[in-house]
Amino acid sequence: MLTLAHFLTLGAVLFSLSLAGIFLNRKNVIILLMCIELMLLSVNMNFVAFSRYLGNLDGQVFVFFILTVAAAEAAIGLAILVVLFRNRETINVAELDELKG
Amino acid sequence: MDIPIPQIVFYFFSLVMVGAAVMVITVRNPVYAALFLVLTFFSAAAIWMLLEAEFLAIVLIVVYVGAVMVLFLFVVMMLDINLAPLKEGFVSYLPVGLLVAAAMTAELLVVLWARDRFGPGLYPVPEPAEQGFSNTAAIGEHLYTHFLLPFEVAGIILLVAIVAAIALTLRKRGDAKSQRPSQQVQVQRGERVRLVKMPAESGNDGRGD
Amino acid sequence: MSLRTMLILIPLLPLLGSLASGLGRNLVGRAGAHWITILAVAASCVLSFVVLFMQVDGSIGVENISVYTWMVSDGIRFEVGFLVDHLTTLMMCVVTFVSLMVHIYTIGYMQDDPGYQRFFSYINLFTFAMLMLVMANNFMQLFFGWEAVGLVSYLLIGFWYKKESAIFANLKAFLVNRVGDFGFLLGIAAILMAFGSLDYASVFQAAPAKANETISIVGGAEWGLMTFICVCLFIGAMGKSAQAPLHVWLPDSMEGPTPISALIHAATMVTAGIFMVARMSPLFELSDAALSFVMLIGAFTAVAMGLIGIVQNDIKRVIAYSTLSQLGYMTVALGVSAYSAAIFHLMTHAFFKALLFLGAGSVIIALHHQQDLRYMGGLRKYMPVTWLTAWAGTLALVGFPFFAGFYSKDAIIEAVHLSERWGSGLAYLAVLLGVLITALYSFRLLHLAFHGTERFEVAEGVDPHAHLPNGQLAHRPKESPLVVTVPLVLLAIPSVLIGWYTIEPVLFGGWLDDSIHVLNDNDVLAALGQRFHGATVMALHALQTAPFWLMLAGFAIATAVYLFRPGLAEQIWTRMPLLYRLLDHKYYFDEFYQKVFANGSLKLGRGLWNRADAGLIDGVLVNGSARAVNWVAARVRQWQTGFLYDYAFAMILGLIAILGVWVVLY
Repeated sequence: MLTLAHFLTLGAVLFSLSLAGIFLNRKNVIILLMCIELMLLSVNMNFVAFSRYLGNLDGQVFVFFILTVAAAEAAIGLAILVVLFRNRETINVAELDELKG
Repeated sequence: MDIPIPQIVFYFFSLVMVGAAVMVITVRNPVYAALFLVLTFFSAAAIWMLLEAEFLAIVLIVVYVGAVMVLFLFVVMMLDINLAPLKEGFVSYLPVGLLVAAAMTAELLVVLWARDRFGPGLYPVPEPAEQGFSNTAAIGEHLYTHFLLPFEVAGIILLVAIVAAIALTLRKRGDAKSQRPSQQVQVQRGERVRLVKMPAESGNDGRGD
Repeated sequence: MSLRTMLILIPLLPLLGSLASGLGRNLVGRAGAHWITILAVAASCVLSFVVLFMQVDGSIGVENISVYTWMVSDGIRFEVGFLVDHLTTLMMCVVTFVSLMVHIYTIGYMQDDPGYQRFFSYINLFTFAMLMLVMANNFMQLFFGWEAVGLVSYLLIGFWYKKESAIFANLKAFLVNRVGDFGFLLGIAAILMAFGSLDYASVFQAAPAKANETISIVGGAEWGLMTFICVCLFIGAMGKSAQAPLHVWLPDSMEGPTPISALIHAATMVTAGIFMVARMSPLFELSDAALSFVMLIGAFTAVAMGLIGIVQNDIKRVIAYSTLSQLGYMTVALGVSAYSAAIFHLMTHAFFKALLFLGAGSVIIALHHQQDLRYMGGLRKYMPVTWLTAWAGTLALVGFPFFAGFYSKDAIIEAVHLSERWGSGLAYLAVLLGVLITALYSFRLLHLAFHGTERFEVAEGVDPHAHLPNGQLAHRPKESPLVVTVPLVLLAIPSVLIGWYTIEPVLFGGWLDDSIHVLNDNDVLAALGQRFHGATVMALHALQTAPFWLMLAGFAIATAVYLFRPGLAEQIWTRMPLLYRLLDHKYYFDEFYQKVFANGSLKLGRGLWNRADAGLIDGVLVNGSARAVNWVAARVRQWQTGFLYDYAFAMILGLIAILGVWVVLY
């Protein structure tokens, strides 16, 4: 029997994986953006699961909007990445330390 | 025998999804990572179908995979990435990262499974929808009535995203010439024409040559 | 003119004179300054005598007038008012008369001084302050006058402010006075606390009811309330009237010009303490312990200070120590509850001590500011008026029968003899010994200054303003001008006559009964009065009393040594070097105070400056906190690596922590 907890567990695992991805990835900014997409996916999973088990469509509508915003954010993120690459000739996260204190 | 189809589907696609996610974060080649992410999204769509959110499942594939991931691949292939340094030094911080991820997972699992918080008692398994129930129509109705304003705002967000992306990456060519009609129209005669008094040339009376 | 207007004018005129001649000193010029101030103080003097005569013929009684209410705070009234009874008028007349004499004298003495107008302004201001003090009808005004005379004394001692010793002296006077004032203020505070009022009338009326109350000060020990109050008040008097151990400022105050030594440090300011104790007699009578304390302090001062006077070489210092000794006599009289005798001696002493100081001043200007007795001698040929008036003052001082001082001093000695207070036997011996010592130093002064051979040379043709070595003078000494000698004569007259004339009404006729309150058990003056058969009889009877023969003995010794065998003094002192050194160093009081209190305070100040302020506050707190911030920042800075993954990691850790807390709690 599939309870809500199963779906939420799935979401939780995906979330942790994406966190690990952010932390472990030292080389590639694109992978970083992909991990952010994964995170959003895990959140969406939670929303859809709750929408189903509560019988309320609001969850799905919210996912709709999250998708919208995620798309916009991915576009802009990639634009920034392109400009960054143009200026720095690298997308190695380990070389982007201008904020160093 | 009552084959628990939902469970099978669920576990199969979840495994695929988790496996693909792991591959996303571990492969060296970013193109492979993007492709694995596409696989993750496909599995997610399947699970959402299981949860009777058909519209969103399709939208996920169409929008996310079809647009966003394609965009990712565009960028990955456009940037001339030096692959060699990408292959070094992964291992040294792997334990800490794994530890952190494991801790996070453990905590979340504790939250989810302790004391039957999200169990069938509080959240009973719902009945499947009747034949002919259109999830899309239901969402559409909900969206255009109760969530009309956020919908419009979402549209504006997308507009802003377009403008921003173009504004960020736009480059001007150094040698491109362009006209500025507004300035052309405002030109005065005195800036272009200058009358000069000169004596007439002697010799020929201006008949040619 | 109503009485109220007269009473307001009496202190007000000198104040206005002071302001006019001080602030308008360029406007009025030198002559203007002395005319304004002398007219002001002369008017006050005349008005004071008018009030005195009105009291003598009975047209006014005791007047308690409130002039101005400054504020009312929490039920306590702070007022400016006048209490005019016989004690007040006596003081007013003495103060204004002596002040007037000093003002006239100053015209001659400060002739060459650039600060002429400033001096007159100050002595007028002093007259105002002293009058406010004696005419006060409440403790606040008393304290105001008290502090004001202290201030003016400071200003006048340091009048020649470019002289380093003068500045040292005026600061010493002010600080030692401050110590006394601290005790005084504690006493006033205790009175306010116990009686809830600062008004004399209400306090004196309520006092007998509180005679047996106790007060708990430190550590829970119970002290008698009245004893505590009176001791604290007397500490103030010790500072102002220079009783040991707070006497050290008076000899140093001789740094000021001689007219103020006469006015402030002989006749008026130093008597403020005596006046205050007499005024507070209703309170002091309720505490035997405080009175014994007063008596013994006075006795010690009377003897010890007199002894120092024998070895001093500066003419003014001798008279200063004489003043200290006589103040001791007055204090002893207060201590045996013979308040009237103390006030009587205060009055006679004002006249003859002022006379002696002004006479010394006359000598000093004649010798062109030479003050050392060792370089004087034989001056009676050159300055006869000064010489004769000095004799008058000296005879009064030593208590020669018929002169003013005789009556007052002998009254005190007899009163001490009759008293049964604890310690009075010791005090009697002290005052008797004091008679001998007084005669000794007084006649020493006369002989060294005016008699014998001249110990100076006149070097003709030398610039008079150049600083000559000791013993040399630019021109022959001559008698001082009239502005100097007339005050001397005017002061000599009361020094001779006033004792004989006023002893009966003041001491035994109840003149001061309205002001002074004595319990019957303690009333030695009443007992003395029973033996009194008139002033003349008392003088003739003196030949049979000890003081007279002690005085003659002192005269004999002084004459034998200083007139006939000048070298004998040196020989005696070389035989007793320790005693001489002890006296010469004034019992080492000054050294002790300098070392312990002055240097101690300096060290404390320096220590606080270096270690507490610069070290602790600047170094540790201010700079230290900056350094601490720097140190912490240097370490925390390392977390800002600039790498996205590190920041993300930090966020994740925070998230895990918060989640963990929540998990644990629920």
